[in-house]
Amino acid sequence: MIALDDTDHKLLRALAEDADQGSGALGRRFGLSQPATWRRIRRLEESGIIAGRRLDLDAEALGFGVTVFLGVKLATKGRVSLEDFERAVTAIPEVQTVEHVLGMYDYRLRIVARDLTDFERVLRRRIMTLPGAGSVEANVLLSEERRRGPLG
Amino acid sequence: MLDDLDRRLLRRLQLNPAISMGELAELAGTTAAVASRRLAHLRDNGILRGSRARIDWRALGYSVEVSLRFTLDKTQRLAFDEFIAAARGVPEVTEIQTFLGQVDVRLNVIARDMPHYQQVYRESILALPHIADIEALMQVARIKNDEVLPV
Repeated sequence: MIALDDTDHKLLRALAEDADQGSGALGRRFGLSQPATWRRIRRLEESGIIAGRRLDLDAEALGFGVTVFLGVKLATKGRVSLEDFERAVTAIPEVQTVEHVLGMYDYRLRIVARDLTDFERVLRRRIMTLPGAGSVEANVLLSEERRRGPLG
Repeated sequence: MLDDLDRRLLRRLQLNPAISMGELAELAGTTAAVASRRLAHLRDNGILRGSRARIDWRALGYSVEVSLRFTLDKTQRLAFDEFIAAARGVPEVTEIQTFLGQVDVRLNVIARDMPHYQQVYRESILALPHIADIEALMQVARIKNDEVLPV
């Protein structure tokens, strides 16, 4: 693991807000030269701390009015391979994230849909037909805030 | 409204937000000039807001990630507001979501290791106001995390 200083933390915070900023503009903001800023960003990327970029789209304006978090319990643990379930669930376009978890559920999914009717279609035709899928619990997202976390 | 070309551009751009305009245009079957005009239009309409760096907390030394699901005491009129305001003050909280369903609020909490998690849980999480019940889901692995919209 690489050691980060205050400037690295500031760069991470700034890029987590807006990754389209160039190293020139970021450098001016934090009192660094453009090449020095570029080298720091590259180091953060190479160490895997910056694990890529996510496009920030207005989901609602694009017709995706509903986000649902689904807890999925596997019905037949041991008989169905986790790999088969994971491969199948990852291939569903409406499924945005898949987490393997320990607790009352085995998997936690984030699903987008046009509306609740569309979500029901995804749930019945895609999720409930997955190999090994057992009981599910759905929670409809009302609001979401992403925090900067423990960065400096 | 969006046409097929806009959708193709957004699909490709979501998979690789750092792609060059020339490459993006070629993949979407258009010219760089048309592609950049279309993206500027999507930006002006507020559909394309920009891009954000994705931080890998594990690479930063936070090896524990737990999803905490809360049921709040709804007899308290300000339960949601006060709970969320207090949760914002906990640095280890990376996401706050509210729901319609069995769960009222979910916090995503990260920690360096289990002793650190225990400390955050006892000192910061259990101190949050109006908690009626907590359930924890500990993350074993992230299988998919691209958050791509199927446009």
